[in-house]
Amino acid sequence: MTTKVADDWRLRGQRYRLEGERCEHCGEMIFPPRDICPACKKPTKTTHTLSGRGEVYTYSTVLSAPQGFEVYAPYTVAIIKLEEGPMITAQLTDVASADIEIGMPVEMVTRRIRTQGDDGPITYGYKFRPVFLGQGAE
Amino acid sequence: MKDLKEPRLENSVSDSPIMKPDRPVGIVGYGTYIPMYRLPSTEIARVWSGGGRGPIKEKAVAGLDEDTVTIAIEAARNAVSRAGIEACELRAIWVGSESPPYAVKPSSTLVAEALGATPYLLAADIEFACKAGSEALQSAMGIVGSGMGDYAMAIGADTAQGRPGDVLEYTAASGGTAFIVGPAERAIATCLGSLSYATDTPDFWRRAHQHYPSHGGRFTGEPAYFHHIQSSATALMEGLGMAASDFQYAVLHQPNVKFPARVAKRLGFTQSQIEAGLLSNLIGNTYAGAALTGFSAVLDIAKPGDRILLVSFGSGAGSDAFAWEITGQIDARRDKAPKVQDYINRRQEIDYAIYTRYRGKLMMS
Amino acid sequence: MRDVAIIGTGEIPVDEHWTTGIRHLMLEAGLSAMRDANIESVDALYVGNMLSGEIVGQSHLGALAVDFMGLDNAEAFKVEAACASGSAALRVGTMAVASGLLDLVLVLGVEKMTDTSGQETSAALAGAADAEYEVSQGISFVALNALLMQRYMYDYGWKREDFANFAITAHANGANNPFAMFQRPISAEMYARSPIIATPVGLMDASPICDGAAAVVLAPAEFARALSPAPVKIKASAVGMAPLAVHDRKDPLALEAARISSRKAYAQAGIKPEDLDFFELHDAFTIMAALSLEAAGFAERGKGVQLALDNEISLKGRVPMATMGGLKARGHPVGATGIYQVVEAVMQLRGLAGANQIPGARLGMTQNIGGSGATVITHIFEAMS
Repeated sequence: MTTKVADDWRLRGQRYRLEGERCEHCGEMIFPPRDICPACKKPTKTTHTLSGRGEVYTYSTVLSAPQGFEVYAPYTVAIIKLEEGPMITAQLTDVASADIEIGMPVEMVTRRIRTQGDDGPITYGYKFRPVFLGQGAE
Repeated sequence: MKDLKEPRLENSVSDSPIMKPDRPVGIVGYGTYIPMYRLPSTEIARVWSGGGRGPIKEKAVAGLDEDTVTIAIEAARNAVSRAGIEACELRAIWVGSESPPYAVKPSSTLVAEALGATPYLLAADIEFACKAGSEALQSAMGIVGSGMGDYAMAIGADTAQGRPGDVLEYTAASGGTAFIVGPAERAIATCLGSLSYATDTPDFWRRAHQHYPSHGGRFTGEPAYFHHIQSSATALMEGLGMAASDFQYAVLHQPNVKFPARVAKRLGFTQSQIEAGLLSNLIGNTYAGAALTGFSAVLDIAKPGDRILLVSFGSGAGSDAFAWEITGQIDARRDKAPKVQDYINRRQEIDYAIYTRYRGKLMMS
Repeated sequence: MRDVAIIGTGEIPVDEHWTTGIRHLMLEAGLSAMRDANIESVDALYVGNMLSGEIVGQSHLGALAVDFMGLDNAEAFKVEAACASGSAALRVGTMAVASGLLDLVLVLGVEKMTDTSGQETSAALAGAADAEYEVSQGISFVALNALLMQRYMYDYGWKREDFANFAITAHANGANNPFAMFQRPISAEMYARSPIIATPVGLMDASPICDGAAAVVLAPAEFARALSPAPVKIKASAVGMAPLAVHDRKDPLALEAARISSRKAYAQAGIKPEDLDFFELHDAFTIMAALSLEAAGFAERGKGVQLALDNEISLKGRVPMATMGGLKARGHPVGATGIYQVVEAVMQLRGLAGANQIPGARLGMTQNIGGSGATVITHIFEAMS
């Protein structure tokens, strides 16, 4: 089988640590890094790691999973509004779908996202869970 | 078998077997992670024994998106939070496990990357059954104690699997703990001395490409678990001129509830000395994470001046013994991350069917 | 710049075309449009398509189309903008004729979606979203719409059942369209009972996976009457853009690209929304129908659903939509959808919509949405006869 490794590897700073940017011109917090600030459109290059804390903006429990994610169904995807401002799409984990609410405080954890078959690489990355004892990922 | 109960130092030379670092070292940060899913022993008994109870109440089970690496990462993040250092100050990260997600490809590099500790560090995986974590701890003490680096991280983490229906299935559990070793002056617990004891004793093994481990049945008891733990613990206490009564706590490798209680008694410890660090009834045997997580639970409650004996056991076989003394810095740091009890309380019970799905026991193709 | 007109249309039934490959889907629709326009050659062929590479394994669709249609002297290439590919091809064709560079242009929309398994097709469709930051997280295209619907229900207090009339209306209209995938009405009860795919989106909120092809022939409006008995003028062709990922949009429910695209189109045509006789919107999901009605100026924010509840979207209502079944009932062969919308709009403006004819229709609008709303292309058409 074909194994894709370079794309995940290239994004490890974002996937493992939520590395974004902070615009040195207007202060906008940016995730993922764009190098052009979406707010003021000026070039920006200053890496800033986000706290991983935020709240659920919206969510959906996927019952019919796309290829590569079948073994995890049903799972819940969400858009998280991070406390620094940017929004991010990610799965929620360690929570029953019936317990999820819009506005619920969540924090980032690093989990398995998918595997490419039994002999391919394992992709790890960010997911979010209900805030556990107020402790977020540093 | 009688001799084995009376351990003595084989091949002993005049030098003490106590390992002495060039400079005093200690634990500057610690952190644990335990998955939230719990499989009660009664569920396994229902499926495989027609009902009844098992050797423990329940065990912790990793979810579908968890493995040794994700467990190690959260434990490590908790340790960094408590240590109050930057991850890039770590000169080494060792991950001890018998269940790494890759047969070939380090787990330690992934943990290092997730912490932001890359690239200037020594990253390596260690395998020594259930003592891979304490082995990592000895190695980290070597790095810091020799002055090669100021901080080194040792992790013991596992998502242990027992063969369905085997006695080990009741206890083989998921969880892990990370320690950051640093100079004694920054420590929450300083190391009074440590010692390692190893022989070739094939009590438990897993051949390449096999899903589940095999074991020597009752051979895993006296010649393996008891002999090695008693030997290392006795040698360490003798070498340090200490007795069981000098310790407020003893944490012993805990494959179940009975073994650690029995070996503690033989070493002269009371039930009240081992209680705080004996978690196997509630989370099972987290293998490389087991003794370290017990130690973590004790650090959650110990007071300055308390002394702790930590003794691991790894099949194959060996045992690492450590004596620790808590410093006044503990109170300022222990609340900077969730405690072991918090993770134990975060609990979602599952049945045997969900367990087989979460642990990859269903044929999907 | 010259005015541009449509002088011929062609379509094939939207269906699971097990016996027909992508080249013959193109051939049938394209030749049908050329027959309708009464021409035998064109200067160019632009083909709107999203997934030929992913599903059929066939890139270079323009070359394949002119080769198999025998259009030796025509230039050709594929235009891709996810689900808005068809309208994007129409816009390219319109620009070519309007500029005076070319006179006769055949615009095709085609999609072959059933040659792979449902899961593979879903994965391919997800390519319309942000591959690195949405799809990588296990997001399906349905899930993106579900995220929008969930937030919409939360913000405005609607329940899932309130969206039923979008699907019911589409199916009622599709029942009279022989080219529609679903030609049977559905009830509110059927909507309520349909299985959930990604909460809160159910099967009846979603358009089907299917195959289809449709085509139109463009010519300068000044010659159109000489070539066709009933030409239709393109009064506006406008594109609006928004960030690719839903999470990167300041206000995800605003469907900003549709707002921009509609506003530009109204300005080009010199009309107001209420001047339109019908609105062929992009009802790939019921939530998209609601958001489109709001973004195009037919309802206040959060009130799009009310238009459906009030039956204002039916053929006799204030804003008739999905007049031949829409994406929900006619079907949504993604890259072809934009052209099906135009073919149906032309049908209404020529008075050929049969039982679904909107009496005296003179001015109609189509709106085609790429992805979850990153590309929105709007066209306004006016009867010339």
